[in-house]
Amino acid sequence: MTSPVPFVEQIAAVVDASLKTIAALTSSEEVAQATPALVGKKSALSQLKSSMGSITDSEERKSAGQALHAAQTSVDAALGAKKSDCEATEMAAQLLREQIDITEHLVSGTTRGRLHLVTQATQRLEDVFIGLGFQVAEGPEVESDFYNFEALNMPKSHPARSMWDTLFVESEEPGSVVLRTHTSPVQIRVMQNWPPPIYAIMPGRVFRRDTPDATHMPVFHQIEGLVIDRNITFKDLAGTIEAFTKAFFGDDFTSRLRPSYFPFTEPSAEFDIRRANGSWIELGGCGMVHPDVLRAGGLDPEEWSGFAFGFGIDRMAKERHNVEDIREMYTNDLRFLRQFSS
Amino acid sequence: MKILLSWLNEFANFGTDTETLSDALTSLGMPVEEVIESGSRLQGVVVAQVLRTERHPDAEKVHRVYVTTDGANELHVWCGAFNMSVGDKIPLATLGTTMPDGRQILKRGILGIDSEGMLCSAKELELNEDHGGIFILPSHLPLGIELFDALGATTDTIFDIDLTRNRPECWGHLGVARDLAAHLAIPFQAKKINVQAAPVHKVEINIASQDACGRFTATVVKNIAVRPSPQWLQDRLSRSGMRSINNVVDASNFVMLELNQPTHAYDLNAVSSGFRVRFALPQETLITLDGATRELDPTDIVIANGENTAVGLGGVMGGLHSEVTDTTTEIVLEAAWFPADTVLESAARHGLRSEASARFERGVDPFGAEYAALRFIEILQITCPDLVVCGSSQVVANDTCPQQLTQITLRLSQVLRVLGVSLSAPEVHELIGPIGFVVADQKDGNVLVGIPSWRPDCASEVDVIEEIARHYGYDALGKSVPHSPVHGRLSSVQQRRRLVHEVMVEAGWCEAMPNPFLDPFATRLAGIDDSAQLALVNPLVAEESVLRVSLRPGLLRAIAYNQSHRVDNIHLYEVGRVYPRGASALPDEEEMLCVMSVDSDGQELSALSTWNLLVDALGIGAQIDQKNPPAGFHPGRSATLRRGKTVIGAIGEISPVVLKQQGITGRVSCLELSLSTVLREEPKAVAAKTVSRYPSSDVDLAFVVPNTVSAFDVHRAVRQGAGALAVSVDLFDIYRGKGVSDDSRSLAFRIRLQAPDRTLTGEEVATARQKSIDAVAKLGAQLRA
Repeated sequence: MTSPVPFVEQIAAVVDASLKTIAALTSSEEVAQATPALVGKKSALSQLKSSMGSITDSEERKSAGQALHAAQTSVDAALGAKKSDCEATEMAAQLLREQIDITEHLVSGTTRGRLHLVTQATQRLEDVFIGLGFQVAEGPEVESDFYNFEALNMPKSHPARSMWDTLFVESEEPGSVVLRTHTSPVQIRVMQNWPPPIYAIMPGRVFRRDTPDATHMPVFHQIEGLVIDRNITFKDLAGTIEAFTKAFFGDDFTSRLRPSYFPFTEPSAEFDIRRANGSWIELGGCGMVHPDVLRAGGLDPEEWSGFAFGFGIDRMAKERHNVEDIREMYTNDLRFLRQFSS
Repeated sequence: MKILLSWLNEFANFGTDTETLSDALTSLGMPVEEVIESGSRLQGVVVAQVLRTERHPDAEKVHRVYVTTDGANELHVWCGAFNMSVGDKIPLATLGTTMPDGRQILKRGILGIDSEGMLCSAKELELNEDHGGIFILPSHLPLGIELFDALGATTDTIFDIDLTRNRPECWGHLGVARDLAAHLAIPFQAKKINVQAAPVHKVEINIASQDACGRFTATVVKNIAVRPSPQWLQDRLSRSGMRSINNVVDASNFVMLELNQPTHAYDLNAVSSGFRVRFALPQETLITLDGATRELDPTDIVIANGENTAVGLGGVMGGLHSEVTDTTTEIVLEAAWFPADTVLESAARHGLRSEASARFERGVDPFGAEYAALRFIEILQITCPDLVVCGSSQVVANDTCPQQLTQITLRLSQVLRVLGVSLSAPEVHELIGPIGFVVADQKDGNVLVGIPSWRPDCASEVDVIEEIARHYGYDALGKSVPHSPVHGRLSSVQQRRRLVHEVMVEAGWCEAMPNPFLDPFATRLAGIDDSAQLALVNPLVAEESVLRVSLRPGLLRAIAYNQSHRVDNIHLYEVGRVYPRGASALPDEEEMLCVMSVDSDGQELSALSTWNLLVDALGIGAQIDQKNPPAGFHPGRSATLRRGKTVIGAIGEISPVVLKQQGITGRVSCLELSLSTVLREEPKAVAAKTVSRYPSSDVDLAFVVPNTVSAFDVHRAVRQGAGALAVSVDLFDIYRGKGVSDDSRSLAFRIRLQAPDRTLTGEEVATARQKSIDAVAKLGAQLRA
């Protein structure tokens, strides 16, 4: 009979075979499959471990134990290293395989919708005035003669009524119902319904009997401001216009007031704003609320005073976006509307 | 209004700095729209005389003209026009002259022979449009002098100013000059006029209707001759936008442009019997100066002669038959004051807005008549030096116009209160004294202010304060920002409206703004009841002559427009008002949302999905009533949104009949919702529920549901059946086809069951499942096998 192979040599042979097997593995899947045979309970090393009990010599057993531990460590390490290698290789391959062209997904895609330019401008204006301590009031678009004219210091057959080309709506009393020619009637409604002090803006749709052209529409939008308080002066009007100008257009814009005439304010003014380049844009009209208008609103002009101002919203939108022809804003052509993200 | 610098300079020395003057006018409330330089300032064109002409054998289109500018030396010019004869006076542009078109006249040779200037047509000199030949000048013009001096032509600077209604006095140059001089602190002087009056020629004046005329003056002038006005006067008129007629009419217009006082000159023969001022008689007619026969209204002011025959429409236009003619030698000048309203209405009624009526309707100085008559005579004397004035103006007046200056008490405290600056009585005087206001200090904090008669617009304390502000300078008043004691914010309705916009925009919809005016048939053609539709009384065009009662016709039109321009992916919405006839005088305005999209066949109806988004965002709800499809919608693919009996909107697909009529292809889905209703409903803040930490169980159930039973109802039944343990019920599959009969479809729901405080038992889950099945069964739907 052949002499038994020394234990240590057996270990060496197993390690050798295991390392060869490990070296031949090419994927994490193969690693997983091979793992039980290499380091599992039924692996050659485990079997050697369990046969160690047959070694009687304590010295010999000790050295065999040490050799076995070293063998186990080296096989574990090799297997672990192989596993990491395979996983890294496979991940690299996956990443390569999964490559896409991100821009394919960006070339065209869903966009948000759009607010109409007038709504965008209105909201911006509202936000600026809210910041200045104003609230937002609304009123009917179809108005009575009283609110649109009479309460605004334009009694029947007042010549100044011809300043607005009025559209009339059929009514039992002919001429008594109009499409409001300005947002000013809301002033009266606010004075009648809100207890002063009043700091309000009144945006809305207005109507004039104007043939449409590049700068006029029969249906357009205005914003009106009204301040009623004790001791409000013309200076406060000029200061508020200036504060608004800077808040809305920018710090390098300034404003000026110049004398004008409106039946519902006195003194009346036009206000212009000056761009940074020195050019002036005519913006709107304003003035101290006329005592007759305060009275029509149910307020005592000896106790309360105030100012009002108003201007066109459409024109602001037109200026901001360089719209050449204001009619274009009302064709509802999506090719036009989609240009302006809100 | 055209204001001439030369004219202003007759009242004060304003100089020539047009930019400063423009700015000053603008800051006084007379914004200058345009500054026009009028008249030629061409230098170097002189009067020459033709000595002889000569052809050159090699030049066909031009000939040689020899001229002289001093009667001695001969100049040679090539010329392409042949209309001159020897001895004619013609304009010669001398060498070095820059022509109006920018060309410079150079020594230019033809066939090696130099030209020593250029002969000019009237058009080349911009005198008129005549380019038919060389301008042949009047033979009396002296040789060698500058042409424009020789012709007596003038130059001027025209300020085109935008006048507001409260400044009637600025319709005359005098008014503008007074205001401007005060602003610039330049001495201002109205002209003093002295006219020698000869023996009186009495004219009877009778104001028969006091309300028709407040003041009437008549001035008789004899020994005149009707002829053209001098060139400078004609230039003044044409630059002011008026035509020169003859010296008499021109003098009248000149005075009007200067003093804002219309006057009218009659042939004395037509009114020798006197004047009778009254309202028109029934059926009375008058042929006005423009040749039109006017049927008069009993509120028209009539100037009649002593025989009571109408000779003029008071304040508007004179009559043809009393007109001054070429043979007139004696005239009567009317200078009167008529009430503004009456003239305004009269001019409007006859569609005859004359220079005179435009002034009377704004307000003319009631005391300006006599001065205007004197100025008229002074101007007429230029062409009629031998005229005879038959006494001073004869005046008849009554209380229809103010008989004395208006006086107003001005509180200095009120000046401070309105303008924010404190002014003393002397300071007030300094500001408004120069423009004719008479300021008397009452020493009690008040001043008494006499309003100048030419400022009829100034009638109250605040009117005077405005004048003070104007001359103090709006800019000089300063600026301050009032501190608002109010919290600036949007109301709940306004915030919720913005939320609607946000939802729509986030979901990819574009906001449209269709015209709220519609064609009278548009609503009916959209299948919508138009019985509450209101019409405009004076629409611009018939296609935009009624107020909308629905937003749908406008959006349908927008869709058709986009389709016709090959735009796809149409998703539009509008937030706007409708104006149906109401119980009161004003319509019942209602704010609506309308959402409309074009969907391809077989695709989701995209407008429908917005309802769920809005329900979620606004915290609102409605019954989806498919049994009563809304008008104008596809009857099998739509529902009314209602709360009990109240309809708050409509949802579904627009009727193919309507689409066909509008020329729209594809399917159009639509949501219409009353924002007036739902924006007002502010939901309460949601109370938080703790999320259960216990496991949940899912139960999937598929039902065969007849088409007549709505998914909504099945969903509700499943949920109610499952009871409080159901945390969600989702419809995850809809199936039609094999295995399901044609009149039904399969609806599959996933119910997630979970208790807040325990793990559910199998029994609890089974019970919930069975109860759901039972509840659905009551609707006539069975669990799918």
